Amino acid sequence: MTVPAPRVSTTQFDTNELVINMGPQHPSTHGVLRVVLRLDGERVLDADCVIGYIHRGVEKLCENRDWTHIVLLTDRMDYVAAATNNLGYVEAVEKLMQIEVPRRARYLRTVLAELQRIASHCLWLGTHAMDIGAMTVLLYAFRERELVLDLFEEFCGARLTYNSMRVGGLPLDVPPGWDRKVRSFCDLMEGKLDDYETLLTNNRIWLKRTRDVGVISAEEAIGLGLCGPPLRGSGVSRDLRKDEPNAAYEEFDFDIPLGTRGDTYDRYLIRMEEFRQSIRIVRQALDGLPEGPIMGKVPRLLKPPAGETYHAIESPKGELGYFLVSDGKSTNPYRFRVRPPSFCNLQGLKRLVRGHLVADVVALIGTIDIVLGEVDR
Amino acid sequence: MLDTVVIPLLKIAVLVNAVLVAVTFLVLMERKVIAWAQSRLGPMRVGPYGILQAIADPIKLILKEDITPVKADRHVFTLAPIMSLVPALVVFAVVPFGPDPLYYIGDINVGLLFIISVTSIGVYGIILGGWASNSKYPLLASLRASAQLISYEIAVTMTLVSVILTTGTLSLVGIVEAQQESGIWFAFIQPVALVLIFIGGLAETNRAPFDLPEAETELTGGFHTEYSGMRFALFFLAEYANMIVISAIVVLMFFGGWLRPFPNIAFLGFLDLLPAWIWFVGKVFLFLYVFIWIRATLPRYRYDQLMSLGWKVLIPVAIGNLVVTGVFKVVF
Repeated sequence: MTVPAPRVSTTQFDTNELVINMGPQHPSTHGVLRVVLRLDGERVLDADCVIGYIHRGVEKLCENRDWTHIVLLTDRMDYVAAATNNLGYVEAVEKLMQIEVPRRARYLRTVLAELQRIASHCLWLGTHAMDIGAMTVLLYAFRERELVLDLFEEFCGARLTYNSMRVGGLPLDVPPGWDRKVRSFCDLMEGKLDDYETLLTNNRIWLKRTRDVGVISAEEAIGLGLCGPPLRGSGVSRDLRKDEPNAAYEEFDFDIPLGTRGDTYDRYLIRMEEFRQSIRIVRQALDGLPEGPIMGKVPRLLKPPAGETYHAIESPKGELGYFLVSDGKSTNPYRFRVRPPSFCNLQGLKRLVRGHLVADVVALIGTIDIVLGEVDR
Repeated sequence: MLDTVVIPLLKIAVLVNAVLVAVTFLVLMERKVIAWAQSRLGPMRVGPYGILQAIADPIKLILKEDITPVKADRHVFTLAPIMSLVPALVVFAVVPFGPDPLYYIGDINVGLLFIISVTSIGVYGIILGGWASNSKYPLLASLRASAQLISYEIAVTMTLVSVILTTGTLSLVGIVEAQQESGIWFAFIQPVALVLIFIGGLAETNRAPFDLPEAETELTGGFHTEYSGMRFALFFLAEYANMIVISAIVVLMFFGGWLRPFPNIAFLGFLDLLPAWIWFVGKVFLFLYVFIWIRATLPRYRYDQLMSLGWKVLIPVAIGNLVVTGVFKVVF
C-alpha cells in the first residue's frame, strides 16, 4: 500500500491504513530490526517484526568448532554482554562433563558477569532514553560503560568480544590491583546512577512517556515467554540467579526488584535497581574473593560423554539458555542450540505496541532491550 | 529617495546577513553547549575550538547534491523550504534592536500582530514540505506539525493579548518604552504569560521537548527526510532563525528589549556604557542558551500529550491570565 499521490483529490474524506517500514535502517530499531507497522493516523493497528538481517549462523558454526573454540563465537551473539554469553556456555559444558570449577574462578566469573550486566544496562539506558528524546543520558551512560570496558580490557585485553572464560575456569587471573579499580568503579557508579535518575525518574515528561505504556499482565508475559526484566516488570519473580543459581550467586545476598504495573516505567525502575544490585554483588564477591587456582582439572582435549544438557543463566536481557548435545565421539558438539533472551522478548513486541502511537513503538523497542546479534545469531 | 529606499535597503541587507551569520554561529553554539552538557568537546577540528565549523557546515550543505524525489510534487517541494525561511527573516523587519530608528527597519503600530501572522506562515513550509515529499515519514511529520500549530498558536496569541492589555500598544518599540516608563520588566508583571509564551515558543519552533515533526528517533528525518543540500539547509536556517525570533519576542515583551537591567535606577547608569543593541542581542542569546539547555535535558513529548498540554493546560491558563489581567486593568 502506498500513500495516495498528492495530486489526487477526492471529494469525500476517507481514511486509509498506512503501512510503514520501521527499519532495518531506522535510528531507533537498535540495529537491523525491521518492524512493519500498520497505522491508523499515528495509532498502531498491528506490527510485524522482520528479523534475520544479521543472521550469521552462529549455531551451525559452533557445531563445526572445537568445544574450546566455541567460547569465542558466543561472544558474537549478544555482543554488548559477551562475558555473560561466555559464562552460560562454559557452564553448560562443565555441566555436561561434570567438571568442578575452583571457587576463585566462580567468584571472578560472577564479578565479570555482573560488571557485564552494568555495561549492558548502561547501553540499554542510554539508547532507551535517546529513543524517548533525552539525548544527554546516552552520553552519560556510555561514559560509564566505557569504564567497565576499561576494566575488561585490563583483565583480558579486549573491550567488546572478550573470550574471557574457559571450560573449567578462567584463562587468566585478574591483574594485581584490579579489584581495587573495580571497587572504585562501583563507588563512582553509585553516584552516577543517582545522576541518571535525577534526569529521568521523576521527570514529568519521562513519566508521561513510560507510565502505562506497553502494559502487560503477568499471565500474558508468561504466555508470551518473556524473560528477564520484561517478565519481572509484570511482577513475576523469576531470576535464574536466585532460582537456579550458577557461578557463585548462591553465596551472595541480593534482591530481585519486581514491578507492579508491568509498564515501561516499571521495567525502567527494575533495571535501574538491577544496576545497584549488581554493584552489591560485585562488592560482596570482591570482599570474599578466595585465593586458589583459577582453572579446574580439565582434560587437554575436551570430549564430553554422549548426552545432552540444557543450562540457562540470567543474562542482562533475560534467560540465556544453551542446549548442547554431544555424541561422545567427536570434539565438537553434535547440536548447539541457544535460547536467546532477546529473541524471546522480541516476540512480545507485537502484543506490546498494539494500540499505541508511533512514538511509543520506539520506547517499547527500547524497553525490551534487544540486541539483534542475539536475535538473529 | 535616500531615506525611503536606500537606507532601508541597506538596513535590510545588513540585517538579513546578520541573521544568517547569527544562525550559523547559533548552530555552532548549540553543538558546543550540548557537547559540554554531555561531557564532550563538540566540534574541535575546524579552526580554533571548532569556530570555523560554522562556516564549514554551510559550505558543505551548498556543495551537496540537491535531490528531488521522482514522486515528489516538484513545485511545492521546491517552494516549501523557501516558505519556511522567508517568514522567519521577514519578521525581523519589526524587531527593534535599539531605541533609535537606526536600529529597526520599521516600527509599525501592529508590530506584534505582524509577527504572529508572519510566523504562522512559516509552518506551512513544514506542512507542505512533508506533504509534497510524497513519502510516509514526512507525511506523518506534516500531520504532527499541523496539529502542533493549531494547539499552540491559540495559546500564544491569547497570552500576547494579555500582555497587550498591560502595555496598551502593539508596537514593539512601544512595548519596550512602556517597560521603561513603568520601570519594571514585564516578566515581573506577567510571569504566567512569560512561561506560556516560552513554552508556546518552544512548540512553535519545533524545539525539544516539542520537536515532534523532526523527531529523528521516531520519524527518521521528520518532515525533511527527503530534502538534501541547500533545501535542507533552508529548513535548518528557518528553524534557528525562528528560535532567534521567539527569543527576541520574549526579550522585547518581558525583559525590556534593549533596556539595561533596572532601567530607572540612576545608580546603575554605568551599565549604559554598553550600547543598547548589545544588551538586546545579549539577552536574546541568553534565551537561546536556555532553548539549547532544555534540548540537552528533557525527553520528548508524545504527539497526543503535546496536544493535551496545549488544549487542556496552556489555553485555559492563557484565557485565565487574560481575564485576570483584564480585571486588574479595570479595577486599578
